[in-house]
Amino acid sequence: MPYLVHSATDRREMLDALGAGSLDDLLTDVPAGLRRDGLDLEPGLSEFETIARVRALAGRNRVFEDRLWFAGGGVYRRFVPAAVSAVISKPEFYTAYTPYQPEASQGTLQAIFEFQTLIAELTAMDVANASLYDGATALAEAAMMAVVHTGRPEVVLAGTVHPEYVEVLRCYQDGRGFELRSGLEHVGERTAAILFQQPDFLGLLEDATGLTRLAHEHGAVAVACVDPISLGMLAPPGEYDADIAVGEGQQLGLAPSYGGPHVGFIACRRELMRRLPGRLVGEAHDGRGRRGYTLTLTAREQHIRREKATSNICTNHSLCALAASVYLTYMGPDGLRQVAEVGYQRAHALAERLAEVPGVELAFPDRQFVNEFPVRMFHVEHRLRHLRDAGILGGLPIRRWFPDRSDLRDVVTFCCTEVNDPAAIDLLVEELGRA
Amino acid sequence: MAQRYYTETHEWVALDGSVATVGITDFAQAQLGDVVFLELPRVGKLLEAGDTFGVVESVKAASDLYSPVAGTVLEVNETLNANPEHVNEDPYGNGWLIRVELNGDLSQGLLDEAGYKAFSEGQSH
Repeated sequence: MPYLVHSATDRREMLDALGAGSLDDLLTDVPAGLRRDGLDLEPGLSEFETIARVRALAGRNRVFEDRLWFAGGGVYRRFVPAAVSAVISKPEFYTAYTPYQPEASQGTLQAIFEFQTLIAELTAMDVANASLYDGATALAEAAMMAVVHTGRPEVVLAGTVHPEYVEVLRCYQDGRGFELRSGLEHVGERTAAILFQQPDFLGLLEDATGLTRLAHEHGAVAVACVDPISLGMLAPPGEYDADIAVGEGQQLGLAPSYGGPHVGFIACRRELMRRLPGRLVGEAHDGRGRRGYTLTLTAREQHIRREKATSNICTNHSLCALAASVYLTYMGPDGLRQVAEVGYQRAHALAERLAEVPGVELAFPDRQFVNEFPVRMFHVEHRLRHLRDAGILGGLPIRRWFPDRSDLRDVVTFCCTEVNDPAAIDLLVEELGRA
Repeated sequence: MAQRYYTETHEWVALDGSVATVGITDFAQAQLGDVVFLELPRVGKLLEAGDTFGVVESVKAASDLYSPVAGTVLEVNETLNANPEHVNEDPYGNGWLIRVELNGDLSQGLLDEAGYKAFSEGQSH
């Protein structure tokens, strides 16, 4: 017998209290094209038959092989060593929710402390927190830190920051009372921070040092949103003197799956430490001198500071952060550098070859990139459809995020990581030439 | 020593000409416990009486600091960055927080020594 949490009467009462006619009315924020009216299964099917029917439907999804996947845009296919799932599947980590008596869970705290240490080392910053939801919210939290720290009302976006991160920033700005400006012409005495992405949404490198200097010249905070793998090759934010480093950690051991799970990281200079959102774990010693871990600087948090807390974040993405910790530990600095370099080399080889395909050209040939780059091509939709039919998820057409930018109209970004082997790259170039 | 006036939010203020020195009371530091961090305003900040001018964080709590006076911040006690315990040890001396160039007169709503004593005794538990 199925267990029904709520009776039909319960549901009716709750819907009436909400002023909703039906359960479907609660889902109207989901675009209609993504909603299904039902699976059209006839009544009386057995469990076995139902599973077979649903499997057959699911089989109609086209799943691309990792090696034939060249679309990035913030989420990337990477090799994930088996050590990652071996560690995070341990029930002590896998089944535990955030501990309510944190110090009783020394293993959890130590794992978080390791993550903080790895992120602080990777970004060359003084302190990192226990993790955030994703790169977008990490960037928004950094903006709020800067606004509170400087007492200034505006946050300036430099270059092409991920448009979905910008949407999250816009979502936060009203509630937290800051204003988002786009473009360096807005930098001035009202500027709390300059936010930039390195590499940017298109994969192109920004002048991180120059942007950081510009922020400091105006008494503003420099926020670098970085790709953690790229830090195997590029200068870390601490080296060019950025004040806050944030980013998306999905590439560090998390396989893409329906848009998640993600893990955001945020790290900063010591002077900003008390503005950090979320949890912080510190290492300490107990009365007998034994090493132990403890939540620290909690007076920033909302269970103590209520509406004056630095942020409404009071938990973290522990399991995903653990995956990132295992990944980074497994790779080590040399391994990370190798991963970054392989992506760099393959992407540059691909860029060179794509530029020779008729009707395709590099969109910004003067700009440098790491492992993702924009090309301009004729007949974008037609070509990408041809690639899909050949089993290749080609580049990412970015037009939909930039309806007002004519210079980006026919631009598609391609990315390569270590999973795109040379034969896969050959196949992509060949098929694109044929399209 | 100039006469001290007090607020119901447990700050004190003492006047020297047009310069007001502000801190938290002995009662407040005792209630908070060991002070570990202070967040204080920048020199030059304009304050209205009753404005939040910073945060005092102890091992037990973090509390806002409210300005007893209106004026411009002239000086901030930088020694508290390294030695926040001065607030506990010497709240009316080395533990002062900010100096403010007054804009106008002292507010009428401040308590005198006896008034604050009666008020804080009513609050202790």
